[in-house]
Amino acid sequence: MNAAVPTALYEQLASQLSQVIGFIYPNEVETQWAILIVVYPYLTGIVAGAFILASLVKVFNVVEVQPIYRLALLTALAFMLVAPLPLQLHLGHPERAYEIYMTPQPTSAMAMFGFVYLWYLMGVLLIEVWFEYRQQLILMANRCRGILGHLYRALSLYSKDVSPEAIAFDHKASKIVTIIGIPSAFLLHGYVGFIFGSVKANPWWGSVLMPIVFLMSAIVSGIAMVMFVYIVLCLVRNEKLDMRCLDKVGLFLLVAIIVDFALEGLDYIHRLYQSEESIKILGQLVSAKLFTSLLILQVLLGMLLPLVILVLVRSKRFNEEFRKLLYFTSALLIQLGIFSMRWNVVIGGQLYSKSFRGLMGYKMELTGIESLLTAAVLLIAPFVILTVLIRLLPTRHIEEHAAPI
Amino acid sequence: MNKREFLTDAVLFFPAAGLLEALALEAQGKELSADTATGYDPTLHWYGMGIDVDKCIGCNRCVEACKAENDVPDEPYYFRTWIERYTVRRDGKTTVECISTKPGPAKQAEPEDPSVVRTFFVPKLCNQCAHPPCVQVCPVGATFQTKDGVVLVNEKTCIGCRYCIQACPYGARYLNPRTRTADKCTFCYHRVTKGLQPACVEVCPTEARIFGDLNKLSDRLVRFQRANDISVLKPDLNTDPKVRYAQLDGEVR
Repeated sequence: MNAAVPTALYEQLASQLSQVIGFIYPNEVETQWAILIVVYPYLTGIVAGAFILASLVKVFNVVEVQPIYRLALLTALAFMLVAPLPLQLHLGHPERAYEIYMTPQPTSAMAMFGFVYLWYLMGVLLIEVWFEYRQQLILMANRCRGILGHLYRALSLYSKDVSPEAIAFDHKASKIVTIIGIPSAFLLHGYVGFIFGSVKANPWWGSVLMPIVFLMSAIVSGIAMVMFVYIVLCLVRNEKLDMRCLDKVGLFLLVAIIVDFALEGLDYIHRLYQSEESIKILGQLVSAKLFTSLLILQVLLGMLLPLVILVLVRSKRFNEEFRKLLYFTSALLIQLGIFSMRWNVVIGGQLYSKSFRGLMGYKMELTGIESLLTAAVLLIAPFVILTVLIRLLPTRHIEEHAAPI
Repeated sequence: MNKREFLTDAVLFFPAAGLLEALALEAQGKELSADTATGYDPTLHWYGMGIDVDKCIGCNRCVEACKAENDVPDEPYYFRTWIERYTVRRDGKTTVECISTKPGPAKQAEPEDPSVVRTFFVPKLCNQCAHPPCVQVCPVGATFQTKDGVVLVNEKTCIGCRYCIQACPYGARYLNPRTRTADKCTFCYHRVTKGLQPACVEVCPTEARIFGDLNKLSDRLVRFQRANDISVLKPDLNTDPKVRYAQLDGEVR
C-alpha cells in the first residue's frame, strides 16, 4: 500500500469497491461529493423558502402571516450563516476558498455561488433584518445596560432616530429590499439546481427542470421549517398559536407541495417517456440503490403523506389541537422528504457509472470531516444560532411585552 | 556601527533585498520564455492521440509507465490511463472489466470459449477535449486548456471542490490523495514540450497509441486518421475529444 492514501480513505474505498455491481471506470470508486454536499442544498433551500414566506407579508400583504414574519427572517438568517460551511469543509484545500473571489470564472456555476451568496447575505438578508429591527434595537439599547446595551447599540449601527419619518423610511426600505430579495432568493436556490442540472456528463442530474425543481422543493422545505419552528417556539414559550396564521401557512405549503410534486413527476415522466441511452442504468439505480430513499422516504413519506394530510386539514373540520398536530407531523415529514430528495440527487447521481454499465456503493464515515457527525453538527447548528437570534432579536414587537428577553 | 547607521542600513537593506528577489523571479520568468522562444511555441501545435484498438494486447505497460512517470498513486482507485477488456458473447451480452486494477498483463477472454464472439482491449485516458466540460466548471480557473490543446490542472490553485471530476464524462479525473487536488492525464506535457513522446506511447510495444500534432498535415497522427475509420467516445456530448479511436466497437462508451 502506498503511503499517499490515508488509511481511513483506503478502507472506505476498499469497502466501496466491494459494493460495485457491473463495470465502472476505475476512478469512479471514490464518492466525490458525499454527505456534506447533501447537507448544503438542504440548508440553502430552507433559506430561500423561509425568505419567500417572509416576503409574502411585506410584498404581497398577506396579513395572516404577519405573526411569523420575523421568525421567518431569522430562520433564513440562521440557516444562511451555516449554509456555506459544508461546501467549505468538503474542499480539498479549504484555505484556498478565497480564490473563488479572486479569480472570477463566469463559466463556472460553482464560482457564482460565492457571489450570489455574498449578495444574498449582505445585500438582502442582513439589510432587511436591520431595517426590520432598527427601531427595536434602539429601544433595547436604551433599556439594557452593560455589554448587552453596547451590543444593541452596535447592532443598531449607532443610529438613534426613532422619529415617525425615520420609521416610515425603515418600512419603505425593507419593502424595497424584499422586492429585490425575492428574485435573489430564486437565484440563490435556482442556481444550486443549475450546479447539478448543467452537468451533461451525468444524466441523473442533467435536466433543464433541475433548477426549478430545486427552487420549488426549497420553498416547500423553507415554509415547513418555519412552521415547525413556530409550533416548537409556541410550545416552549407556552403560548397560544395563531391558528389563522398557521392555517394560511398550511395553505401555502399545500400549494407549494402540489407544484413541487407536479414538477418532479414531470421530470420522471419525461425521462421515462424519452427513454434515452441512460434509462436502463437509471432504472437499475432506482431499484437497486435508491428504492428506500427515493420511493419510500422521498415520495411516499416525504411528499404524498403530507400532501394527503394537508388536503385533509383543508377539507375536514378538525379541532385546533388536532390541526396543530397534523401540521407539526407534515412539517417534520416534509423535512425528511426534502433531505431525502437532496440525498437522492447528490448521492444517487454518483451511484451509477458514467459508462452506464455498473453501480457503485457509498459508505458514509461516522467521524471525520466528511462524515455523519459533521453533517449532524451542521444540521443542528442553525437551530442553535436561531435560538441565540431569537433571544437577541425578539420575534414580537417590543411594545407588546414588558420583558422582551 | 552606531545605532543610527545600523537603522539606516536596515531600512535600505530590506527593500533592496525584496527588489533583488523580485528581479531574480523576473529573470527566472525570462529564462522560461526564452526557452519557449528558442525551442517551443505552443501556438503552433494542437496535440491529439490516436488509438488503434486492434493493436492493444492488454499488457498494461502504458498504465505502469504512466504511474511511474507521473507519480500517480499505486492504489487501484487512481488512474490517468487504464485498459478495459470487452468480451462480446453470442447472446449479444457484453462484459467489460478494467484490467489495470491488477498489475501485469491480462489475457484475452478464453479463446476456446465458443460463446465468445469477439474480445478486445480499449485503452482509456483523458480525451483532451477541444471543448472540455471540466474547464468550463472550474470555479477558480485552476484547470485550463493550453494553447497547444492540452487540459492541465494547476495544483497550486486547485481548491479541491471536485466539480471537474463530476463534469468529466469519461471518468478520467480523480482527486489525488497526496495533493488533495484534481488530477488527470497531461499527455505528459513535461515531455511533449521537449519533443518527447508521452510515457504511455513510448512504452507501448505494439504502437497501439500514436501521439501527434493535429495541426500538421504530414504528422503520423493525421495520416493515421486518414487511413482508418475514426470515432471518438460519447460524440453526442459535443466535447470534441482529441483522442481518436480506430476500429472502435459500438459497445465502447
